[in-house]
Amino acid sequence: MTRDTILEVRNLSTTFARAGRALPAVRDVSFTLGRGEVLGLVGESGSGKSVTLRSILGLSRHYGTVTGEVRWKGRDIASLSERALRSVRGREIAMIFQEPMSSLNPLLTVGMQLTEVLKAHTDLGRSERRRRAIEMLDHVGIPSAAARLDDYPHQFSGGMRQRVMIAIALAARPQLLLADEPTTALDVTIQAQILDLILGLAREYEMGVILVTHDLGVVAQTCDRVAVMYAGRIVEEAPVAPLLSDPRHPYTMGLMRSVPEGVAPRTALYSVPGTPPALDALPQGCAFAPRCPSASAQCTATDPALNRLAPGRSAACHHPVSLAKGDAA
Amino acid sequence: MSAPVLEIRDLHLAFPLGRSFADLIARRPGRAVRALNGIDLDLRRGETLGIVGESGCGKSTLARAVVRLYRPTAGTVSFGGEDIFAAHTRRDRTYNRRVQMMFQDPYSSLNPRMTCGQILTEALSVHRMRPAAEIPARVAELLDLVRLPQDAAEKLPHEFSGGQRQRIAIARALAVEPEVLIADELVSALDVSVQAQVVNLLLELQERLGLTILFVAHDLRLVRHVSNRVAVIYLGRIVEIGDSESLFSAPTHPYSQALLSAAPSLDPADRGRGARLQGELPSPLNIPPGCPFHLRCPRATDICRTARPDLRPIAGRGEVACHHADEIALNG
Ligand SMILES: Nc1ncnc2c1ncn2[C@@H]1O[C@H](COP(=O)(O)OP(=O)(O)OP(=O)(O)O)[C@@H](O)[C@H]1O
Ligand SMILES: Nc1ncnc2c1ncn2[C@@H]1O[C@H](COP(=O)(O)OP(=O)(O)OP(=O)(O)O)[C@@H](O)[C@H]1O
Ligand code: SF4
Ligand code: SF4
Ligand SMILES: [Mg+2]
Ligand SMILES: [Mg+2]
Repeated sequence: MTRDTILEVRNLSTTFARAGRALPAVRDVSFTLGRGEVLGLVGESGSGKSVTLRSILGLSRHYGTVTGEVRWKGRDIASLSERALRSVRGREIAMIFQEPMSSLNPLLTVGMQLTEVLKAHTDLGRSERRRRAIEMLDHVGIPSAAARLDDYPHQFSGGMRQRVMIAIALAARPQLLLADEPTTALDVTIQAQILDLILGLAREYEMGVILVTHDLGVVAQTCDRVAVMYAGRIVEEAPVAPLLSDPRHPYTMGLMRSVPEGVAPRTALYSVPGTPPALDALPQGCAFAPRCPSASAQCTATDPALNRLAPGRSAACHHPVSLAKGDAA
Repeated sequence: MSAPVLEIRDLHLAFPLGRSFADLIARRPGRAVRALNGIDLDLRRGETLGIVGESGCGKSTLARAVVRLYRPTAGTVSFGGEDIFAAHTRRDRTYNRRVQMMFQDPYSSLNPRMTCGQILTEALSVHRMRPAAEIPARVAELLDLVRLPQDAAEKLPHEFSGGQRQRIAIARALAVEPEVLIADELVSALDVSVQAQVVNLLLELQERLGLTILFVAHDLRLVRHVSNRVAVIYLGRIVEIGDSESLFSAPTHPYSQALLSAAPSLDPADRGRGARLQGELPSPLNIPPGCPFHLRCPRATDICRTARPDLRPIAGRGEVACHHADEIALNG
């Protein structure tokens, strides 16, 4: 199925500075997203997933240097003024942040924070806003929603705060949702309910979604396509089924092997050996080489480009693995 | 079976909520969130007990009550036979040392202005674990234990990745040589490979040091992997508890069954297959009479609407709080 592209990210790079040294957190990231499509973004802690989302929304430029293009419905929003961006942010593009506690205002009730968003981004009247606020809390599974509108964030459990963030992001019916680990603090039943809600909106209103998650089960059950990040780059991109059944990049393969499934209980789990490189000391060549079982001299000399391996599939690797070809899992 | 380290008996904990405007007008008393409603639980020496359940069911409240961050409304928690909330035990700082909690968020639980070495030194000196002269060597030993490089001592928390920060939190908890570790969503924010690393470390340390671990997490695959026993909590009560492998392969309580079947499969072909729990989500503000699960339970009958089932042993299974547990155990 081909869909109209609504978002096109081209050569996006975000660099921070610390003590006079450059920290390239996102390096030359390019991808597209279709209307109603759900793209999963996975990868090592610290690989640049959150910074990528923040850069798309124009938030990273306040504390880092951002280059490249973010074409939203045909225009480059990376170059928009802060003022012009404000009409896009929250209304057309909404973000669910990774830390629900720090992105909710502790001094305002949950109801006030929801109705604020509706006031800013919709034409709803006062009583309709209240009704929509209750409806949204209800949708995300807050029990006794009407009774808890006047509560403050600290009176909610971790998962309930996360659901409030989701309700706020979805309240104005955005066309693009940037969801940074929206369900990590949720139990699986509520997670399933929230993912159903997001998928329903993607289908019904053709809302595009970029979903950052560590949970490969969530990826399997919700995403159309997946991009894997390592040390600031996309190292593999593929439709969800082939990515999970036949990963081609050694890092993706390592991730798949680390899932505790089919392993004897309470025994050691596989984990990718070594640690990720410091951003201010990236190795020459492939950033994964120091940890890669297939690294060769070519790998430590030149950084592989993200090459097309098959229709819709690409990997940034000189020696892509293949389970189909019988490489060890 | 080894002796319990911690004995939790009939623990209740309610948070009073402020009276809302509507309450004032209607002259209603303030409401309360009934987070724990009679938890009975033994933590056995050297075991890992997994705790799972719906978001908001009281897992963190239980964890925080056990480390005395919250004071229960009723019930007792005893450690080595002593009530931890009794006045004389409260003054006794050794409990704070022997039972350590590790929090979910490695970003906010470490002081951003202290180096990793200072954080560990502080923990060692607050509890007078070592004479000052021996502290540097002990810090080095701890870094080694959690496999952080020695130069880590000089670094500030933001200079570490999420997984390394979690290892600092573990090192800090271990610095004071605890007997019990309370891990609330310890690895939820980490990618699967780093998760695996932290879990391997916990299992290895448990083996070497004989630690007892209370492991709260939403990732059921992970809980199954690390736990000896698992307790399923619903609305502040244990509805099922038993041996991890048997509970996961054959859950008995209808809520446990629903929870386990909602775990997302790794196979995209299973999409849309998982059965969803139907019915109104329960509220700890207003707990249903009878079995608290009856409004959503596919097996509910008349008795479920009026009588609350108690946790009891079921032949061939663990302990289950369900009127129909025997039939379920027999016929699936
Ligand atoms: N404001 C900032 N200043 C300096 N460095 C930063 C800043 N924000 C992020 N970084 C660094 O950029 C890198 C990428 O961070 P990012 O938050 O995008 O990781 P992530 O992939 O979202 O990881 P996680 O899965 O742990 O959330 C990390 O090394 C981080 O320390
Ligand atoms: N300080 C507080 N004041 C008022 N209510 C609270 C407070 N802390 C927790 N609660 C309430 O107690 C109930 C249980 O919360 P708790 O944090 O224990 O849940 P949890 O099982 O840890 O959930 P999660 O999986 O989302 O972390 C929730 O309804 C929550 O709103
Ligand atoms: S390019 Fe080389 S080092 Fe990098 S992932 Fe591929 S095989 Fe490994
Ligand atoms: S007691 Fe009744 S309502 Fe409760 S779980 Fe058992 S069958 Fe369902
Ligand atoms: Mg992140
Ligand atoms: Mg919690």
